[in-house]
Amino acid sequence: MVTVMVSEGSIIEQTCKETPDFNLCVSLLNSDPRGSSADTSGLALILIDKIKGLTTKTLNEINGLYKKRPELKRALDECSRRYKTILNADVPEAIEAISKGVPKFGEDGVIDAGVEASVCEGGFKGKSPLTSLTKSMQKISNVTRAIVRMLL
Amino acid sequence: MASNEALLPVTSRQDLLSESRSDQIPETRRRRPIKVHLAVYSGLLLIALYVALIVTHDGSTSQHGAKDETSTESRARLAGVSEKSNDRVSRLSDDRKVEAFPWNNTMLSWQRTAFHFQPEKNWMNDPNGPLFYKGWYHFFYQYNPNAAVWGDIVWGHAVSKDLIHWLYLPIAMVPDQWYDANGVWTGSATFLDDGSIVMLYTGSTDKFVQVQNLAYPDDPSDPLLLKWAKFSGNPVLVPPPGIGAKDFRDPTTAWKTSTGKWRITIGSKINRTGISLIYDTTDFKTYEKHDTLLHQVPNTGMWECVDFYPVSKTQVNGLDTSVNGPDVKHVIKASMDDTRIDHYAIGTYYDSNGTWVPDNPSIDVGISTALRYDYGKFYASKTFYDQNKGRRILWGWIGESDSEAADVQKGWSSVQGIPRTVVLDTRTRKNLVQWPVEEIKSLRLSSNKFDMTIGPGTVVPVDVGSATQLDIEAEFEIKTEDLELFFDDDSVEADKKFSCETSGGSTARGALGPFGFSVLADESLSEQTPVYFYVTKGKHSKLKTVFCTDTSRSTMANDVVKPIYGSFVPVLKGEKLTMRILVDHSIVEGFAQGGRTCITSRVYPTKAIYGATKLFLFNNAIDATVTASFKVWQMNSAFIHPYSPDDLSVPSRT
Repeated sequence: MVTVMVSEGSIIEQTCKETPDFNLCVSLLNSDPRGSSADTSGLALILIDKIKGLTTKTLNEINGLYKKRPELKRALDECSRRYKTILNADVPEAIEAISKGVPKFGEDGVIDAGVEASVCEGGFKGKSPLTSLTKSMQKISNVTRAIVRMLL
Repeated sequence: MASNEALLPVTSRQDLLSESRSDQIPETRRRRPIKVHLAVYSGLLLIALYVALIVTHDGSTSQHGAKDETSTESRARLAGVSEKSNDRVSRLSDDRKVEAFPWNNTMLSWQRTAFHFQPEKNWMNDPNGPLFYKGWYHFFYQYNPNAAVWGDIVWGHAVSKDLIHWLYLPIAMVPDQWYDANGVWTGSATFLDDGSIVMLYTGSTDKFVQVQNLAYPDDPSDPLLLKWAKFSGNPVLVPPPGIGAKDFRDPTTAWKTSTGKWRITIGSKINRTGISLIYDTTDFKTYEKHDTLLHQVPNTGMWECVDFYPVSKTQVNGLDTSVNGPDVKHVIKASMDDTRIDHYAIGTYYDSNGTWVPDNPSIDVGISTALRYDYGKFYASKTFYDQNKGRRILWGWIGESDSEAADVQKGWSSVQGIPRTVVLDTRTRKNLVQWPVEEIKSLRLSSNKFDMTIGPGTVVPVDVGSATQLDIEAEFEIKTEDLELFFDDDSVEADKKFSCETSGGSTARGALGPFGFSVLADESLSEQTPVYFYVTKGKHSKLKTVFCTDTSRSTMANDVVKPIYGSFVPVLKGEKLTMRILVDHSIVEGFAQGGRTCITSRVYPTKAIYGATKLFLFNNAIDATVTASFKVWQMNSAFIHPYSPDDLSVPSRT
């Protein structure tokens, strides 16, 4: 359990209260220098950046696994495809949509990031080497979605 | 008589497990003698938890349940078909058990439709500026030229002589000005008195502000309207004080007021109240904003793609947007950003002050129980007056229900619904009626006619050959030995106690339903999409009918959304139950009672594709025998292709 110190009533705190994971939300937003002065759109964009970062990290992990776990090639191929979708389709769509004020397409992109992560995970049929990364993506996706919905 | 072999599975214990269904009508449920005697008295939640424990430890529970059904027929549970609880329409990644599904190109390429409008590739969303001009129907649409997801939006363009056979034209408008640099978004066309066209559309400026811009055909003598000119004085409207810079979009077609000025409305929001702003103009370049709103409804959120038009109270033809008078009602429609649902309401328009009042405020625009054009996947819809045939035509954007990875892999996303005529239901006077345009009949090839009587709990294959491109028109009669039952219900209010979503889908059996067709099914019914009626007994032996599409078992794939859609449908005295279904690969459009209730669904089977696709008729009722008289047509492709000069010499098909 992480103890988070935030000033009472800060925008980050108020916003994160309305998400499924207050602590995660606050720690992610506080870790970005833009967080303290961002409006709701800005906070959503910060989190989408985090999704992008996590995606890149996961793709690197996937690439490394090809050598270490060659028997998982098929599942890794599917995961590679899924995470590339997050990077190349979901993230740009969400950034454009939120910047331009049509957040529903941002919501679609963010939801899909969670779906793609889940689909990748499912391909290992219970023996995934990526579980903790998958869970991170799902959690961040849910928090981000909650914030994007505030813009609708 | 009907085959008993491949029966639809019965109600599962998922009803007990699902908390959201605790308010269902219980009389049609059968209890299973699971070891819960102690828990029965401890509340529903405990029952759910206890049963959940048993289920996870004892895989044979379902078989006990099945054997204890008192029906004489076998209820063989088809292996491998999951009975998951209903997906919500919007996906939540951690709510579903998702396994990677190995989509291959064969499965994905099957999904492309044959006679619904879709661009050759990439992403499409809202219909824009539909109109008829110099012999051609024009269709514009939000389009991403670069990807299969939303972004980089331009106006795509296509023309047709008959609203069915479309020809792709070059892109009509691109973001090449500061006032639409970040997007050429949705807009509508207006015909001026001299027959010339003006187009109002939303631009996202270089600073991300939503503004309204004026455009018009560069060359009015070009029937194809290939080139568009933007007014040098754009934008003509910017967000007014009190309205957010990003809450101001989708201007409507203008209508003439009694003073001779033109009037438009634009959706927006103030806090959580959805509103429709109203402006008058004489030249489409300068506008006067009214201090009052056309309408507003609290707690409905942002109103996108507002549409406003008259409908005749007495006749079944369409009306020009400017028509007004005692024989006319006015419809306000808005697309709800929050829920992705299009709602409409019928009411009275007061031209003198530009306001509108709903006939029934309890189902006002945007309220969750308000009427919808379509109870499935259908958004950002827009009507236009077709002066060629005197009709009001409705376009609707039908997005995908699959993952974006699949969209990227297959290279496209979204289709448009088949254009529908829209009129007031002159019998109920409380709802609209929609129907696919007549011209779609030109796609009908061979047909088969059937008359079948099927008893309770039966599924019958309907042999029509190929079953991926079909037009089905059917009439149903229910026979039961029960007390005399009759339809006589003109109420349009949604019956909260019973709905398609909460009724357990097509497998939940009641006395008088469900019954209908299973489309896009494979031989073993491991994948199927039932489109059906579910009739229940209401007060005074009156029957209430819901019309549903159940996509929960439409595919083995788990990375798609599989909701159960539908709604109550008014069935009046003397009416038979009628249904029409258009099947076109990954889209199914269902119409009940001549279009009183419509449902569009996206379906992505993995097995029920190409030659393996079958059609079934089913009657899952417990007490009723159903007689179905129906005709099934094979539907030709519309062969939508890029325009070429040769297309001018082809005789138009009507």
